Amino acid sequence: MMEIKIVTIAGSFAENKDSARDIRLTKIIPALENNEEITLNFEGVEGATQSFIHALISDVMRKYGTEALDKISFKNCNETVRKIIGIVVDYMQES
Amino acid sequence: MEIYLPNSAFLGNIDPFLKKIGLFDSTKLKISANKKWISIHPVVLCMVAALGLNVKPEDISCEKLEAKSKHYLQRMGLFKLLNIKADINIIEHEPAGRFIPLTRITNSQELTKFITEIIPLLHVDPEQVDSIKYVVSELVRNVLEHSESEQGAIVSAQYYKKSNTIRIGIVDRGVGIKKTINNAYPTKTHLEAIKLALTPGITGTTQKIGGTEYNAGAGLFFIKSIAQVNREFFMIYSGNAMYKLLKSKPNLKHSILYGDPFQDRHSKGEDYPYWGGTVVGVDISLGKTKEFSVLLDLIRDAYIKTIKERKKEKYMKPRFI
Repeated sequence: MMEIKIVTIAGSFAENKDSARDIRLTKIIPALENNEEITLNFEGVEGATQSFIHALISDVMRKYGTEALDKISFKNCNETVRKIIGIVVDYMQES
Repeated sequence: MEIYLPNSAFLGNIDPFLKKIGLFDSTKLKISANKKWISIHPVVLCMVAALGLNVKPEDISCEKLEAKSKHYLQRMGLFKLLNIKADINIIEHEPAGRFIPLTRITNSQELTKFITEIIPLLHVDPEQVDSIKYVVSELVRNVLEHSESEQGAIVSAQYYKKSNTIRIGIVDRGVGIKKTINNAYPTKTHLEAIKLALTPGITGTTQKIGGTEYNAGAGLFFIKSIAQVNREFFMIYSGNAMYKLLKSKPNLKHSILYGDPFQDRHSKGEDYPYWGGTVVGVDISLGKTKEFSVLLDLIRDAYIKTIKERKKEKYMKPRFI
C-alpha cells in the first residue's frame, strides 16, 4: 500500500497541473503497474482545481479503466475536493 | 495605438470602451483619460498594461491626468509595470483598499506563488477565497498553456466595498481563442471559437470527449458558472468578438447552467477592434457567494448532461432501408 500526501507536493490549494502530472507519472502509474494499492491523502488540502484533479487521475482512468478506482483511495478530502474528484471521475466514465 | 480611460468602465458598461480602443500602429501607445473621474474595472487596466508592455517606454505617451481618482492607476502599478513616469503622488492609503496590483505571470511557479502569497492580500473569508483562487488559477493556466503569449498573463483584482465584490481581470496578447480552438475544431469566426471555448468538454487540444491527459476543456465553463450562479458578470473578448454573461434575474430561485453559452442571458458582438490575444473579466460577489461545494453540484450536472448530449451525437444510427 502506497500513501501519497498531496499537500506536501501541491500545497494547500492544489492547482499546479505539473505537480499533478508528476504524482501520476512517478507514483500512481508505477504503483498500479506493480498491482499496488494507492491512497491519495488530501489532508491539509483546502481546495483543488478541476484541472489539477484531471491531470492527476484522468489518464489513469483512460489507461486502466474504471478498475483503477478499485486500487485508488481518496483520503481526508474536504467537501469541495471530494466533489471535484467526483466530477472528474464522472466525466471520465462518460467519455 | 490609443486607449481612452472613461469615467466609468465596468463589465456591465464596458462595450463602448472596447469599441473605442485604437489598435493600429502597435509601436506606439497613447493613453488619455476622462478629466474628472476615472473609475474602471481591473480588466481595463490589464488591457492598458498588456498593450503597453509591447511598446518601448519612450513610445508610450500618457497625457497629464487630471481626474481626482488618477492615483488609482498609480496604486495599481500601471506606470511601474510600463516603466513610465507619472506625476502622481499617493498621499495616504485608503483603509478600504484591498487590491492586487497589476502583475505579470509568465510561468507555473510564478502562478503558484501568486495564488499562495498575493491572493491572501485581498483579505477575503476562507470560504470565499476558494472561488478567487480557482478563477485566477484556471484562467492564468489557460494563458500559460495555450496563448503563446511572450509577456504571459497580466492580472489584477480589486475589492469594491459598496457592491461587496471582487473584480478580476486577466489579459494576454497571445494567439487568441480562435487559433487555439482551431487546432481541434475548425471555426470560421472568433465568436464561434469563444462559444466552443465556453462549452464544457471542448478543448483545443483534442476532439476526444474527456480531453487529453492534461486538458479537459472545463476551465472556462467552470468560471462562467461561478459568475452565473452568483448572478455576476463574466466577459471574454478575443479577436473581433466579445461575449458577456449578463446578470441573471434575481427572482430565479435556482440558477440553471447551460452547456451552450448562447442559452445563457448574454450579449455578444463581432464588431470590436481586433484584439490579438484574450481578455477575461469576472466579478465575484462576496455577499451572495453560494458555497463553492453547492456550485460544484450544479456544474457537475450541467457538465455531464452536455457530455452525454455530445456523446449521443456520435452514436451510430441504425440504417433503415
